[in-house]
Amino acid sequence: MRLKYEAQLEGLNQELVNMGSMIEKSIEYAVDALVNQDAELAAKTMKNDSRINREQKKIESTCFHLLLQQQPVAGDLRFISAAHKMVTDMERIGDQAADICEITLTIAKQPYMIDLKFLKKMAAETIQMLIKSIESYILQDRKKAEEVIGNDDVVDELFEREKSELIHQIQINPKCSEQAADMLMVAKYFERIGDHAVNIAEWVLFALDDHKTE
Amino acid sequence: MEQKTKISVKDLNLFYGENHALKNVSMDMKENAITAFIGPSGCGKSTFLKTLNRMNDLVDNVKITGQVLLDQEDIYGAEVDTTTLRKKVGMVFQQPNPFPMSIYDNIAYGPRVHGIKDRHKLDEIVEESLRGAAIFDEVKDRLKKSALSLSGGQQQRICIARALAVHPDVLLMDEPTSALDPISTLKIEDLMEELKKTYTVVIVTHNMQQAVRVSDDTAFFLLGEMIEYGNTKDLFAYPQDKRTEDYITGRFG
Amino acid sequence: MKDSICVKRKRVSDYVMYGLIYACAASSVLLLVGIILYVLVKGAGQINISFLTNVTSVLRGTVGIAGNIVNTLYIIIITMLIATPIGIGAAVYLNEYAKPGKLVSLIEFATETLAGIPSIIFGLFGMMFFAQTLGLGYSLLTGSFTLTLMVLPLITRNTQEALKTVPDSYRSGAVGLGAGKWYTIRTILLPSAMPGIITGVILAIGKIVGESAALLFTAGSAYTLPKGISDIFTKTLSSGGTLTIQLYLSAQKGEFGIAFGIAVVLLVIVLLINAATKLLTKKFDVNREK
Repeated sequence: MRLKYEAQLEGLNQELVNMGSMIEKSIEYAVDALVNQDAELAAKTMKNDSRINREQKKIESTCFHLLLQQQPVAGDLRFISAAHKMVTDMERIGDQAADICEITLTIAKQPYMIDLKFLKKMAAETIQMLIKSIESYILQDRKKAEEVIGNDDVVDELFEREKSELIHQIQINPKCSEQAADMLMVAKYFERIGDHAVNIAEWVLFALDDHKTE
Repeated sequence: MEQKTKISVKDLNLFYGENHALKNVSMDMKENAITAFIGPSGCGKSTFLKTLNRMNDLVDNVKITGQVLLDQEDIYGAEVDTTTLRKKVGMVFQQPNPFPMSIYDNIAYGPRVHGIKDRHKLDEIVEESLRGAAIFDEVKDRLKKSALSLSGGQQQRICIARALAVHPDVLLMDEPTSALDPISTLKIEDLMEELKKTYTVVIVTHNMQQAVRVSDDTAFFLLGEMIEYGNTKDLFAYPQDKRTEDYITGRFG
Repeated sequence: MKDSICVKRKRVSDYVMYGLIYACAASSVLLLVGIILYVLVKGAGQINISFLTNVTSVLRGTVGIAGNIVNTLYIIIITMLIATPIGIGAAVYLNEYAKPGKLVSLIEFATETLAGIPSIIFGLFGMMFFAQTLGLGYSLLTGSFTLTLMVLPLITRNTQEALKTVPDSYRSGAVGLGAGKWYTIRTILLPSAMPGIITGVILAIGKIVGESAALLFTAGSAYTLPKGISDIFTKTLSSGGTLTIQLYLSAQKGEFGIAFGIAVVLLVIVLLINAATKLLTKKFDVNREK
């Protein structure tokens, strides 16, 4: 029964999965561009953000129309509400990736004076969180979502250490202060990406929570 | 705020001859609240509603076991007078069924059955009941006209007023808006909100959106059994039984 | 090329059918009108005040049907007074109280059968039972009792049909308010069934007016008027011929003037009965929206 409705729900699911892989790629390219000082890749990734924004609008419209047309209840309602919120966080992640690329365009012109050790760690960590949160959605895996939420502390800690490191670098070598300032912003963006991944995981938990007393 | 229980049903079983139509139904319905029964066609919700004012007595070959306690008194007890019972528990039906007489006589019918003859008293009751059903202003100038001259939505409100005229405690409504247009439906839903302040309302509906909009508690019936019963918002957002979830999400009729 | 909707198709068979049906309708109407006109033409001349208010008497030299008119009224009133309550009561029992089953089917079968028995058999029975066994002889009472038997199934059946058309929702509604069975019947069901009941009553009256065979053996043919107030009741024990009986007797004797005069009177009565039916059913129809 309700074949059209089932198809619409499946379609929404697919759109979310696609969006997930789009933003995963965006971040991976952004990190590659940053580490390898690849301005061309950074520019391409920035341009791609408009696709991500369009995808968000499309998914929001799908959710809106499902609510209007099908009057969902129970699990369906929770899923659609969660999807509606999740795409916002996903789109923000796309924006952060674009912002990182923007910075890459400026600092890629000169060789790096600062060690990217912590930044690389942050990048790896947040990419993992994002992948896991999207997996938790696809697999409807509560545990995975909870793990992502736990990981937020790790990223926050890495950000603090990166910040201290950069401050230290500025103090010993004032010439790299401009680069350092930009790096700090990149670190902040990674921290924000981590926050958004946590939000996604939280919405997954909301969708899966059926208030059943086991 | 603790709400009192108005009707308490314990292990109710109903048989139409060999057919076991209601199986071990137990539930407590709160006073001054709206309780809704939902479920697919033939699940027993209307049958169950009718056990609450013993309308099933009219059907041949019906056997009922268990208890239905109205204010802690079993309505199936040996000493029960059905006339008094039906004064306390009124009923509104799916198809508006005003009697073929004037609006005034329709409303006054119930009180007259119970012995009220005084003209002034009847006038009072008629006005009070028509106001209670939010239709007094519309018909006050044509009380002597036949009730059959009104529209469907108006007729249904007349039937509600008629039920209110005997001052019941409980109002049973069997799919009260399924034969009406959307505007009349919404008017009657607003009316139910008002009514629950004074009466205990129990409605059977096959319109789930109506159950969500209107009721405080909802019971889901399937094949004669009551599968789940609870706070309406909880039941519709977080159904505990898979059969409930399948029904309310439309995964089966 | 698709068929254009603007081109009218002429079907010959449609026209032929239309013509045939029209002819049927026309002939039935013409037949009816023809009979009425024939009777009116032949009998209208006979009608005057004297005819209607006098009793045929050789002594006084008058010719009139007043006596017959009075007798007809007697028969109608007595029969209906007995048949109506019994008929309605039986219908109410059958429809509202009796459980569907063998007994009810039996009673309904009996009613149907009675309705189909030729009236002359009722006349025979009336003559044997009421006139001889009960000792009433040729009298208006005998005639009335006999006609009651004839007319009872009609009233019962019409009332039953009328009650069947009363929606069950009225019954449910009344019970839901606490009303008892008889109260519901009295206040809702019977008023609602009134048009059907009235139809039955008037059909019965029509049957009585036109009845001849059954009355021939039971009520006789006398046509004197009651002699005084006290005689009004005792007259029922004596014989009396109705208009229809008198028509038969007059025609037999060759007095065609009187016969056609009575025929005109009977036609007028039938007309009035039909008009009354329409009026009364409209007036008593509670189911109409006012």
